Amino acid sequence: MTKVTYVEHDGKEHTIEVAEGLTLMEGAVKNMVPGIDADCGGACACATCMVYVPEEWLAKLPAKEDMEETMLDFCEHSQPNSRLSCQIKATKNLDGIRVTMPESQH
Amino acid sequence: MSEHGVVIIGAGQAAAQAVLSLRTEGYEGPIRMIGDEPQPPYQRPPLSKKFLAGEIGFDRVELKPAEFYASAGCELLLSTRVAAIERPKKLVLTGDGREIAYDKLIIATGSRVREINVPGFDLEGVHYLRSVGDVHDIQSHFKPGAKLVVVGGGYIGLEVAAVAKKNGIEVTVLETADRVMARVVDPIVSTFYERIHRAEGVVIRTGVTVDGFEGEGGRVTRVVSGEGESFPCDFVVVGIGIIPNTELAAAAGITVENGIVVDECGRTSDPDIYAAGDCSNHPNGIYGRRLRLESVHNAIEQGKAVAATLTGKEKPYNQVPWFWSDQYDLKLQIAGLSTGYTQAVVRGDPEHGRSFAVFYLKDGVLVAVDAVNRAPEFMMAKLLIAKHAKLDPTRLADETINMKEVANA
Ligand SMILES: Cc1cc2nc3c(=O)[nH]c(=O)nc-3n(C[C@H](O)[C@H](O)[C@H](O)COP(=O)(O)OP(=O)(O)OC[C@H]3O[C@@H](n4cnc5c(N)ncnc54)[C@H](O)[C@@H]3O)c2cc1C
Ligand code: FES
Repeated sequence: MTKVTYVEHDGKEHTIEVAEGLTLMEGAVKNMVPGIDADCGGACACATCMVYVPEEWLAKLPAKEDMEETMLDFCEHSQPNSRLSCQIKATKNLDGIRVTMPESQH
Repeated sequence: MSEHGVVIIGAGQAAAQAVLSLRTEGYEGPIRMIGDEPQPPYQRPPLSKKFLAGEIGFDRVELKPAEFYASAGCELLLSTRVAAIERPKKLVLTGDGREIAYDKLIIATGSRVREINVPGFDLEGVHYLRSVGDVHDIQSHFKPGAKLVVVGGGYIGLEVAAVAKKNGIEVTVLETADRVMARVVDPIVSTFYERIHRAEGVVIRTGVTVDGFEGEGGRVTRVVSGEGESFPCDFVVVGIGIIPNTELAAAAGITVENGIVVDECGRTSDPDIYAAGDCSNHPNGIYGRRLRLESVHNAIEQGKAVAATLTGKEKPYNQVPWFWSDQYDLKLQIAGLSTGYTQAVVRGDPEHGRSFAVFYLKDGVLVAVDAVNRAPEFMMAKLLIAKHAKLDPTRLADETINMKEVANA
């Protein structure tokens, strides 16, 4: 289990134990954490699962693949520390990670 | 709203979204969801992609864990078919004789596969693909060297072909039209996918109409074409389109015209009854006409719009339709509707490469895009279509101009 804290736009926090191998998107959607729509269910096709990752965790994440990189580049609320949460698998070295959700996914 | 609350017919993508959105919009009354499948709502796209390939289990296909519905105060009646809607009494009748009263009713019955009506249609080994059960049936034939004939070269048929091929199966796709995916994409894209599938070793035959199935001992062994050709097989997957499930609504006297007719907020012709998803037909302001769509995005957005309306808000659904399809390493993302386009502009090299986009212009205005491994083109086009952007075709085709700059003529 990987402990993930999802922070809503208004500051409300949800700390969830996400099974290893599931994505951070799945951890949120399956546990009713609002703020991640994930329309395409993780196919990297919709960009409605964006999260912001704090500096100290960014380096621990696997690099973005082309598709994720380019989708993010065109997302409305995208920032340099944005990631698509469906492309990040929960692993041991992410235990304790915090991610923040944008105001809206559209 | 009083004691009976909201009843939802169907337990699929739109229904699940409606429950979630009803609660986030602040609705506190009872919710009952009645679905004829044994599982709680699940996603269908993986059924012809990762789930069919065995890469993910059902736990990653279901939309919410079963506990969600209890915690959201939604009573789930699964394996239960609704047989009729009695509008005067405001109740639905289930196939097993129960009467369930509603204050507000949401019809989210989705669609079903179009069946092929030719001799031998009932032989064992002839399958369709709509449900989790169908996937298990199809997978039972996944043995290296087995022969599969896919009837219908639409996106579902081609996705099945790609997965089966990866599992060591010999695949032949038979398509009646003169090209694959003829209903949804331009010939440029069809030609591209035919090239890719052939390069992967799939046999693609266009202009072939299936006339019947033949078998031995009740099992299919051959697909026979109208032109007299015979294609040996161990199993068949038929993917020739869907039919919206509108019969319940029509029998109850609700207006149905190529789908249950709703407005932007999901209201049907009965003020207490709403519809969402594949079964509905809604007005789209961007295109200025009515649409019946078969997509996850449409089901989700209509589910949200209905929930908002039921809680006294207006959140009309008026968006650029979009869709995706995964075949091999290729992600096709489609935004908009190309119907009636006057010019197709290609960006990239569909003849040799594995990444390109086709933009569809109608009198200079962008109406749709088909993007293969081209997220920037897809994302940018989605925004530009909504704005009815008039674009310069030469700039669109020019890859030295960044997609973000393309619109700034
Ligand atoms: C194999 C496959 C691949 C797909 N791939 C994609 C894709 O890549 N991208 C995309 O956007 N879309 C895709 N789609 C389409 C997408 O899944 C549908 O558009 C979406 O599921 C529609 O949601 P819905 O809620 O309207 O209907 P459904 O999800 O079909 O749910 C309707 C439910 O209602 C039930 N029902 C019907 N009548 C009754 C009744 N009388 N009583 C009780 N229950 C009833 C049905 O059995 C079903 O369970 C795919 C579909 C399939 C089959
Ligand atoms: S869920 Fe669609 S891109 Fe992540």
